[in-house]
Amino acid sequence: MRRTIRAAIGAGVLAAALVMTGCSSSGSSSSNDGSLGTADKPVKLTFWGWAPNMDKVVDTWNSTHKNIQVTYVKTDAGDPAVTKLLTAIKAGSGAPDLMQAEYQKIPTLVSADAIIDIKKDVSDTTTSKFSDGVLSSVTLGSDALYGIPQDSGPMMFYYRADIFKKLGLSVPTTWAEYADAAKKVHEADPKNYLGTFSSADAGEFAGLTQQAGASWWGSDKDSWSVDIDSAATKKVASFWGGLVEDGVIDNQPQYTPEWNKGLAAGTQVGWVSAVWAPGVLAGNAPKTAGKWKMAPLPQWTAGEQATGNWGGSAVAVTSQSKNVKAAVQFNTWLNTSKTAVSQMVTDGGLYPADTVDSKEALATGNGFFKNQPDFYTQAAKIAETVKPFTYGPNVNVAYSAFNDQFGKAAQAKSQQAFLDAAAQMQKITVADLKNSGFTVK
Amino acid sequence: MTTTVDVDQTAPGRDPAAKPSAPAPRAARRRRFNFTPYAMLAPAAILFLVFMAAPIVYTLILSLQKTEVQGLGLGSGARKTVFAGLSNYAAAFSDPDFLASAGRVGLYGLILVPAMLVLALVFALLLDSKRTRLAGFSRVVIFLPYAVPAVISSLLWGFLYLPSVSPFVDLANALNLPSPDVLSQGTVIFAIANIALWGGVGFNMVVMYTALKAIPTDLYEAARLDGASEIRVALAIKIPIILPSLIMTAIFSLIATLQVFAEPTTLKPLTNSISSTYTPLMKVYRDAFIRNDVNSASATSIIIAVTIFALSFVFLRVVQRRAFQEENS
Repeated sequence: MRRTIRAAIGAGVLAAALVMTGCSSSGSSSSNDGSLGTADKPVKLTFWGWAPNMDKVVDTWNSTHKNIQVTYVKTDAGDPAVTKLLTAIKAGSGAPDLMQAEYQKIPTLVSADAIIDIKKDVSDTTTSKFSDGVLSSVTLGSDALYGIPQDSGPMMFYYRADIFKKLGLSVPTTWAEYADAAKKVHEADPKNYLGTFSSADAGEFAGLTQQAGASWWGSDKDSWSVDIDSAATKKVASFWGGLVEDGVIDNQPQYTPEWNKGLAAGTQVGWVSAVWAPGVLAGNAPKTAGKWKMAPLPQWTAGEQATGNWGGSAVAVTSQSKNVKAAVQFNTWLNTSKTAVSQMVTDGGLYPADTVDSKEALATGNGFFKNQPDFYTQAAKIAETVKPFTYGPNVNVAYSAFNDQFGKAAQAKSQQAFLDAAAQMQKITVADLKNSGFTVK
Repeated sequence: MTTTVDVDQTAPGRDPAAKPSAPAPRAARRRRFNFTPYAMLAPAAILFLVFMAAPIVYTLILSLQKTEVQGLGLGSGARKTVFAGLSNYAAAFSDPDFLASAGRVGLYGLILVPAMLVLALVFALLLDSKRTRLAGFSRVVIFLPYAVPAVISSLLWGFLYLPSVSPFVDLANALNLPSPDVLSQGTVIFAIANIALWGGVGFNMVVMYTALKAIPTDLYEAARLDGASEIRVALAIKIPIILPSLIMTAIFSLIATLQVFAEPTTLKPLTNSISSTYTPLMKVYRDAFIRNDVNSASATSIIIAVTIFALSFVFLRVVQRRAFQEENS
């Protein structure tokens, strides 16, 4: 008996240690450009992504390009996908040829040597199809090109037109009007909120500060700067902190069963979101089709036209790809051909970064917003007002600090706690950069 | 485990330590080297080396290193691994988030372990009692939650905790009772402990129940002849006899407590109250997979492993003399 217990404890301890031991070894394989393949002996590529119905777009490619056959693997969205890729890169094998990467993750991936510069294989005609703002997210302000933009996420304001009408509210054009409307919505029915401050969505908050003029990172020749706790961020944090403190907007995270129910039941009356919101609304609250409307984000100064970005991805070639040329060819087709881009709009509901080739497909509007047939015409106008923003090499650290610090602040329901949270985020992000050996100004 | 391998009785060198310098056995060994024990040991030894020893050594090595970046850290070759000494350990011990998570898990253990053992023991004794009806059915029902993976049970409970999707809140509203927010800062630890309790009681109960079934019934008859009540039998005979099982379940519960990860991680997206460093293992996960810092994750892992080992060892030391008196004498 005694020995059994000892053995069991030993095993338990060892198992604990084992579980936590990730395998890792460095060194990426030397990439070989490779040929473009033939119909008999096609080049085989793997592509990781999570955009809706991307498999159908890939099928279209495979049926028309016998020399390059692509296997699409649907991964979890966002962070888990990056984790999976970085693990494969560290392990030295197992990474795909192509990878969907959110814009804010690109510096991290480049810094981890997970994705490569494909500038020499991409023509200027291809890059000219993107707006400067979007393109800067994949060049990181250098001469390199770390991916081809796929979709973008200009932020907008969504609201329940029917409830606004019932309460006699007009659409807020400034944040002051938003605060006012939030108060009225909550006073009319204490169960209802115009929105929630979600500590789970760092990207949303980053986009809101982007609108206010913040850019959380910056770089010059060989050093980074961090400016999270800037005047613009403080302005946004104190605005939302004030609303949460007054209790006129909710303080619970988004994307929970609770929040989904709120959308469907009409207790969440508005949503500060991005161009991809119709997909989320259609999935979580299908019965509210035709009741929502979209408007530009409220502004800090009346008459201004500015917005931020929440979400959007590029497709990058990984450092383990042995067929870079073929991968770039597929990537170029996927994101800048009329066939693929149109299919992404119709099947995937994406808002392509390539606004040239997607015009026709976007002209038909969005099915969930039948009451707003010019949905994408308006969206295109809003997309032009996205302010510049630079992401740094430790977005992951800053975002996880956001989750923790603003989680605490939202729970505390105090405006001061929101300001403290922004200061803490700055501190944690700078400390991490310094600890990793980056030069920080 | 290894000493029971019984080979050829006449094989020389069975006990080389006994006569280390005797020339005769050495000559014999040269003549007839016996591979059998080594061959039989090999599978276990190799598995141990590859899947236990090597990863532990590797974790130790990683924990003494750190990654350094040149310039902007973009492009290949901008990162290199350097020796970091004990700085990862120092950083972990001076990290207020880590210390807070350790304290939180301590509190969690104080809530969970006693509750788990008491409940399991009460259920086991009730099931063992002659008067209990539907014992087989009840046993299965109490055990069943153990078969539900922690992630699934956390999701299930998560739905029950969220006010607008929870039937409990509906019920409370219908009865005009206040419905507390169980996921708030102060109560979330109980919410997590409740999930672990729901999943763990059944297993511990079965361990104890099995031990109870092994007690010879003549002890009960003797006690009854002396006029002992059911409760007296439980306290004076059953519990002392199954004490080794109680200690074993206590240690298992203790280890499971210190490793708590799945429940808070699953509940995290549902609430503001759970941070990414809520428990020590969550900090390890965050460092390794969100911050991509395997080195500090390795250092924290080692600290956790050593702590679990030390606590289990101390616990055993304290209780073993009493519990295992009979077996050792």
